[in-house]
Amino acid sequence: MVTPALAILSLFTLGLLAPFLFALLPRHAGKLLCLPPAFWCGWFWSKTPASGQTWTSPWIPELGITFSFRLDGLASLFAILITGIGAMVLLYTEGYCGAKPGSGRLYGLLLLFLASMLGVVLADDAILLFLFWEATSVTSFLLIGFEHERANARRGAVQALMVTGGGGLALLAGLLVIVQQTGQGRISAWGPLAGDPLYLAMFALVAIGCFTKSAQFPFHFWLPNAMTAPTPVSAYLHSATMVKAGVYLLARLSGSLGGTEVWTWTLTLVGGATMLTGTLLALRQTDLKRLLAYSTVAALGTMVFVLARGGAEAASAFAAFVLAHALYKGALFLVAGAIDHTADSRDAFRLGGLWQRAPVLATASTLAGLGMMGVAPLAFLAKETLVDGLLSPPDVPSLIVFGVMAAGAVAIAGIVAFRPFFGKADPAIADGHKPDAPLLTGPAVLAVLGIVGGLTPTFVFERIGGPVAAAIGGGTDPHPWALWHGFGAPLAFSVGTLALGLAVYRAWPAWIARAAPWPSFGFDRAYDAGLRGTVSVARAFTRTIQNGRLRAYLQTTIATFLVLVTLAAVRWNPSPQIRLDTALPHEALLALAMLLAVLAAVRSVSRLAAVVTLGVVGFGVALTYALFGAPDLAMTQIAVETLTVILFVLTFYHLPRFARGSGTRTRAVDALLATGVGATMAAITLVASQRLLGTPISAHFAENSLAEAHGRNVVNVILVDYRGLDTLGEITVLSIAGLGVVALWTFGRRAAKGGSA
Amino acid sequence: MSVLLALPVLLPLVCAATAMLFWRRLRVQRTIAVLTALGHLASTLALFVEVRRFGILVARFGDWPAPYGIVFVADTFSGLMLVTTSIVTLAVTVYSLSSIDADRESFGFFPLVCALLMGVSGAFLTGDIFNLYVWFEVLLIASFVLMALGGERKQLEGALKYVTLNLVSSSIFLAGLGLLYGSMGTLNLAQLSVRVAEATDPGFVTMLAMFFLLAFGIKAALFPLYGWLPSSYHTPPTAVSALFAGLLTKVGVYALIRTFTLVFTNDPTFTHRAVLLGMATVTILAGSLGAIVQRDLRRALSFTIVASVGFAVLGLAVSGGASQELATLALAGTIAYVIQAMVVKTQVFLLSGIVRRLSGSFDVARIGGLYASAPGVAILFLLGALALAGVPPLPSFIPKVAVLRAAFGEGLGVYAGVALLGSLLMLGAVARLWSHAFWRAPMERPHESDDDAPVNLVFRFIPVTGLTVVLVLLGVGAGPVFQVATEAARQLLDTDGYVRAVLGGAR
Repeated sequence: MVTPALAILSLFTLGLLAPFLFALLPRHAGKLLCLPPAFWCGWFWSKTPASGQTWTSPWIPELGITFSFRLDGLASLFAILITGIGAMVLLYTEGYCGAKPGSGRLYGLLLLFLASMLGVVLADDAILLFLFWEATSVTSFLLIGFEHERANARRGAVQALMVTGGGGLALLAGLLVIVQQTGQGRISAWGPLAGDPLYLAMFALVAIGCFTKSAQFPFHFWLPNAMTAPTPVSAYLHSATMVKAGVYLLARLSGSLGGTEVWTWTLTLVGGATMLTGTLLALRQTDLKRLLAYSTVAALGTMVFVLARGGAEAASAFAAFVLAHALYKGALFLVAGAIDHTADSRDAFRLGGLWQRAPVLATASTLAGLGMMGVAPLAFLAKETLVDGLLSPPDVPSLIVFGVMAAGAVAIAGIVAFRPFFGKADPAIADGHKPDAPLLTGPAVLAVLGIVGGLTPTFVFERIGGPVAAAIGGGTDPHPWALWHGFGAPLAFSVGTLALGLAVYRAWPAWIARAAPWPSFGFDRAYDAGLRGTVSVARAFTRTIQNGRLRAYLQTTIATFLVLVTLAAVRWNPSPQIRLDTALPHEALLALAMLLAVLAAVRSVSRLAAVVTLGVVGFGVALTYALFGAPDLAMTQIAVETLTVILFVLTFYHLPRFARGSGTRTRAVDALLATGVGATMAAITLVASQRLLGTPISAHFAENSLAEAHGRNVVNVILVDYRGLDTLGEITVLSIAGLGVVALWTFGRRAAKGGSA
Repeated sequence: MSVLLALPVLLPLVCAATAMLFWRRLRVQRTIAVLTALGHLASTLALFVEVRRFGILVARFGDWPAPYGIVFVADTFSGLMLVTTSIVTLAVTVYSLSSIDADRESFGFFPLVCALLMGVSGAFLTGDIFNLYVWFEVLLIASFVLMALGGERKQLEGALKYVTLNLVSSSIFLAGLGLLYGSMGTLNLAQLSVRVAEATDPGFVTMLAMFFLLAFGIKAALFPLYGWLPSSYHTPPTAVSALFAGLLTKVGVYALIRTFTLVFTNDPTFTHRAVLLGMATVTILAGSLGAIVQRDLRRALSFTIVASVGFAVLGLAVSGGASQELATLALAGTIAYVIQAMVVKTQVFLLSGIVRRLSGSFDVARIGGLYASAPGVAILFLLGALALAGVPPLPSFIPKVAVLRAAFGEGLGVYAGVALLGSLLMLGAVARLWSHAFWRAPMERPHESDDDAPVNLVFRFIPVTGLTVVLVLLGVGAGPVFQVATEAARQLLDTDGYVRAVLGGAR
């Protein structure tokens, strides 16, 4: 029942343990670690998903999030690829890294990634899927930056994280909108959403997520930069699996979001643009890995392009292409890594003649290269199926785009798969070491599978193509795969693209030799500019707000107070009922005196005068208390005021000379703010005093303090009995303040002494 | 049962007083501090269990009935906040054992931590708005002295900004209190809730609400009131800034949530959906933008606090005036988010201390190379950083999903979008910190640190690892965590239940 969860969990745990295993058995870690994924690969292969099997258990019911997994044809295809190629890559890593210290982390991260990726394709709950999706982004980040002391590795890692992470957030928004609209967290329960009023938002957000992850135009630029990762990582994440997550999700959601004009047009245009961009940019590269990366971009574009069409036939063609591509591209990446190992170079322009030194590698490379050219059986079959779809009825623009991509693939295959082995070597290429068995097994197995798989098309169709078509195409493809489609248009198309590709291949060396470095293509730079822009906006914003001046913070705070209170007042819109005519003459006189004293304090140029005038205000307040029937408060106020004045006068001695530090403008702003706050507070107080919205509880205290609390002084009873806790708190405040004064005083004196010494 | 409600305040008070009796005997003080933190954790856990069993608990001080005396009220929300506070304090106390210099210790470091704990606990428990003010004062003065303790110039500068702006907050709070009492005639939160709901002039109440929004907004560090936070958090010793990072702003957020779900719910269109929503959204952006450009590790982390406060308040803002279901979702998200944020912030701040210890600097441009040289620290930091950025399966993710879903459901997609943009910026900020401090080859060892005496780092690693374990558990246990948060949110929205528990029949 819990098997998919078990697969994910066990591989995840294995990932956490891998560094320790590596520490124990550095020479055999790959051999051992590849076994569990291989086992799961077999398990997934053996589970023929008829109509999709689902496992569910509750997780966060309040949010409708469940632990649900689903294994159908589509998930099965990807799960087999992830575990199978994963096993090959882990084995290969042993040969690639040897016992180099730190490789334990590589194994661990690869396995963590493997588990996350498996989660993406098996999850049926939208949020669960996103969780795994983000986990692939994070593990990918750590893997791209694995050789972290190189600046471009760090840059590539951060770039990939920002692009796919940003897309991921769009995806999250899209998924949440769908969940909110359908009230359903399970992807398999989503019906067609085209009729939903928010369909466009859903589609756009999800599409951005998928396009960034799968390196679609114009987000393709991160993928070549991710080639700073160790080769096993590039082969696995950035060719065979992770970059297909976006394509996978598009396929997964094609039943819900697909079938609309917007879907078809967007996917066709984006996929087409990606195919062309990837192909053309690939041919400008000489680094094997970057060549392969751009050709992967083109292949991913093809997958999106195919998904645009919808229906069982397209789904089946999609499955064939995904399978073929994963096998040959994975193999070629691994070969590129082995070449790097053997010849210490990845320069496709200068490498050559390696077949003598590495005959097995040369064979694997040839087989995989034939796949990429679309000549090897499985790839041929995929290509024919695709072209079949494009020909009925003939879709000329698509055929042209696809033709360019196919011809480009032929040329690139020649450059990366044949030229290093059979071309003429540049004598400057150093002699390296021979690749050993772990380094050869992976590419060999993948390349051979690409051939064998195509030789039994009916079997593979029944296991892969049919179930995928059933899962996302909504039916069975009426045309089972066959190698031989007869002499017809598809074959002619294949031959034509092959010829064109070979011509490009022949022209390539001369072209590269002649070509001045092209102006670098714009999107990578646009990313940099965007990054710089964000940083400068952030810097400007932060400098303005967080300018380090206390005065500015105070001004902002007080201005905010004024704005909020004014907004509330405007919203309230009370009828002005403030009456001042009830004031008695001596009260008015007192108010006037205090006002004048404040003005004097502000205007004063001597500290002593300021203190004295402020004292006047304080005693005025005390008098006010006395006038309005609170003699006890008045007494307290007088005591406090007197003490304050004395303290001020005492500290004068230690203060620096009185000076005006601010210009007229700041003073004007300050005056404005101060007057504003004063006026606002006065107005509110006047209003409040006329607006009693509940019976005050003070009456209760006056009546009951003697009877209940046995005290005649109501204020004292409140302070020490009814609200004794407040007093306890205030005493604590005083004690801590005292403690603070002592501490600061001592530290201050010590600092002064230290300074003079 | 009343004792359980009083203990989180009484215990630190008694311990602070006891520790001060042993002024010159630091070993005794240290022991007392650790015991206080442990005892506090035990008492809050017990309280939490009781609250889950019996619902809202009320303790009346001096046995005076509400609204005449002061009451402490514990519901699931305060219980959660208290337990998390205990965990944070325990971690910081253990960390400080080996990291606070003898000078600071001998001037009352441990009693001050106890006093701070007392103030924070009181704020989370009180059911009386004036009493809340008192606890604010306690924690303000304790934190101010803690921040200034040591008397370094940089420290005093930061402390001055901190205390001035927080005194403004206190003044506004006090002015609001006066006006509130003058018009409503009561200070008891439950009674205020009833009277506001029945008020004949709700517009006036809304205006009063602005006073509290501002006072608590300053404490919580909402835009544009957060100036004090990044100016001061990087100045005191690591243990102190970690304690502040975990507790201080969260008290402000707590007070906002409490008052704006219980009392000021008369005009959510304005208070929640205009003012709080606007401020929260800008806060998220401002915090993330600030975090991108800082070179000082602790300043960068300070800005992440600002951003997370914005996110917490976003949930509160969305909940105002929303349908029952979505309001519960948004508030539950907010609560779960605040809880984990307290743990994460303390964790990353404490880690920054270890980083500085290992590399000799807080300057990310000069740290470097820790991924290779200190893989353990790297893993701990990575987990903290991913939690800051809200990456699943760390515990900030599910709360985010809840708040965003509520926002989408309420048609506030634009605000949700801005919050997501903030997440992306935050991701960029932590990726940058990681890439600089952990990945880049080490620079020549800078020596700015006066904290170089060879000490055992075990006491620093234990609390950081402990907090990381809590973090991972909160993430793995997202199901039960969110269930409790939802329960807490339901209680907050059921104001009748609160009023009944506090006032009984007597309204």
